[in-house]
Amino acid sequence: MLKVEHLTRMFGGLAAVNDVSVEFETGKINAIIGPNGAGKSTFFNLISGLHQPTSGRILLDGTDVTRLPSDQVARLGVGRTFQTTNLFEQATVLDNLIVGHRLRTRSGLWDVLINSKRLQREEKAAREKAMEVLEFVGLTHVAGQFIADITQEERKRVAFALALATDPKIVLLDEPAAGINPEETVGFAALMRKMVDERGLTVCLIEHKMDMIMSLADKIMVLDHGEKIAEGTPEEVRNNPAVIEAYLGGDEDAAA
Amino acid sequence: MFKLASLLMTPAAKYLMLAFAVLFPLVAANEYQVYVMATAFVWAIAVYGLNIITGFCGQLNLAHGGFFAIGAYTLGLLTADYGWSFWPAFAGALVMTAVLGFLVGIVSLRLKEHYFAIFTLCVGFIIYLLIDKWEELTHGAIGVRDIDAPYGFGLVDFTDTTPFYYLVLAFLVFAIWFMGRLSKSLLGRTFIAIRNGDELAQSLGINLMRNKVLAFVLSTTYAGLAGALYAGMVRFIGPEEANVQHTFDMITYLLVGGIGTIMGPLLGTIGLVWITQSLQFLEEYRMIIFGPLLVLLVIFFPRGITGSFLTWMHRKSQALGPAKKRQTSKVNTAQSREAESNA
Repeated sequence: MLKVEHLTRMFGGLAAVNDVSVEFETGKINAIIGPNGAGKSTFFNLISGLHQPTSGRILLDGTDVTRLPSDQVARLGVGRTFQTTNLFEQATVLDNLIVGHRLRTRSGLWDVLINSKRLQREEKAAREKAMEVLEFVGLTHVAGQFIADITQEERKRVAFALALATDPKIVLLDEPAAGINPEETVGFAALMRKMVDERGLTVCLIEHKMDMIMSLADKIMVLDHGEKIAEGTPEEVRNNPAVIEAYLGGDEDAAA
Repeated sequence: MFKLASLLMTPAAKYLMLAFAVLFPLVAANEYQVYVMATAFVWAIAVYGLNIITGFCGQLNLAHGGFFAIGAYTLGLLTADYGWSFWPAFAGALVMTAVLGFLVGIVSLRLKEHYFAIFTLCVGFIIYLLIDKWEELTHGAIGVRDIDAPYGFGLVDFTDTTPFYYLVLAFLVFAIWFMGRLSKSLLGRTFIAIRNGDELAQSLGINLMRNKVLAFVLSTTYAGLAGALYAGMVRFIGPEEANVQHTFDMITYLLVGGIGTIMGPLLGTIGLVWITQSLQFLEEYRMIIFGPLLVLLVIFFPRGITGSFLTWMHRKSQALGPAKKRQTSKVNTAQSREAESNA
């Protein structure tokens, strides 16, 4: 599905991501863990095209997407969320989501001027898509609320929905469970599992909540100082001496 | 109170406003009032343009007054010096501001946020300098005289104030109509997504440059339209039309009325133009009243008259609806937002 080969990104003399090779399989939940500053978010930014890699290759279903700008990467099926998603606070949840399907539509200025059939059709499709993803993340009941009026957990779900509205094949989730309580975290784990099971999506997430990762992920990659130090199932990573040494500090509960 | 508010939201309110605008010359005390209102409408059209690039797309364009002047000068010079009749020159002004908007846009929009604002501030000043110093073309400080009034095809005489008022009103209605349609369309939503954040917009597959340039060209064309109408109305223009002060006036109108809203530019412009008129006797000292008022407005009503009203309306309807239980969380977010805006 997504294959990364010898990916490196230098910031000045610092290698934020250093020679990382990894493969994410279709329909799996892949977690990226590592200490703060390990290069996890940079890794996401490289895949989604926000940053250009210094060297290495990124292949999406065999297509080389290494140098593509991020809007084109999104069109090829890479959806993502950010640690904080800036939404239009004084607009409804539904209004915020409709634009998510924009990349699958083609209406331009002229369509707006003459209110073309195509525009009407596409706006209807975008609205239906927004409703559909809203239902998927379980937020139909707040569709008409302003973003400013919903809870932190609901905002996170809206960010998920926005990524899903782009019709992605793979979603990159940057700390989806940050800043929400343990019960809500369980709900998010279930939602990610549902994305894989019901939609056949490939999920890739950065997360610090170890207990969630260990029970949820099919595969974990560990980054430290920009380098991949381990990769494998939760069980393998848990018992990997390099990981325990570099990241978990010998006591994995401390990190959770 | 709630009933009154919902009445203001209906299309009926818009027809009422339109009816008032149509009847205004009949109820106005004198021709001067009609003239002031027509001037307010012209500025409102320009403010709608600013609303597209700054209110919807989130890029603070400080060259807006410059493009207004380019529209005015294109029309003025084409009719006064090159013998064009009004309407072809009018179309020429629109094309000129669109093309120059495109050229300035593809360069300036490479910059983001404050850098873009500062760059466009410089562009606005360069436009002023060119108009002031390029005497062979623009007559410099002497200005352009004998600009044609719109040709009425033998039906109306637009040199009279009242017919011109209706002409401007027609363009204003079109400007608002297009703004309304744009804001609800996928294109308008695309602009808003860019305002929310470049990176998020890109991750939604939005081509930043293409959409920002489009918004910029639309805004400069609105400015050119307003400038051309202005030139046809006053029929004598000078370099002062490009004074950066006009840009800041328009930003003030936009902030007071409600940035990023449909009716905000209209209400802000008309309101402030009339207040300015009624405070004429204070001359420059009226800023002593304006300044603190603006500060208070930005602190307590960051979305202007229209924006604050719409938010209040929405809260009302939600509170009456199924989401009553959310009252408390609402209060919390409102407080935290207040804290944010104070910080």
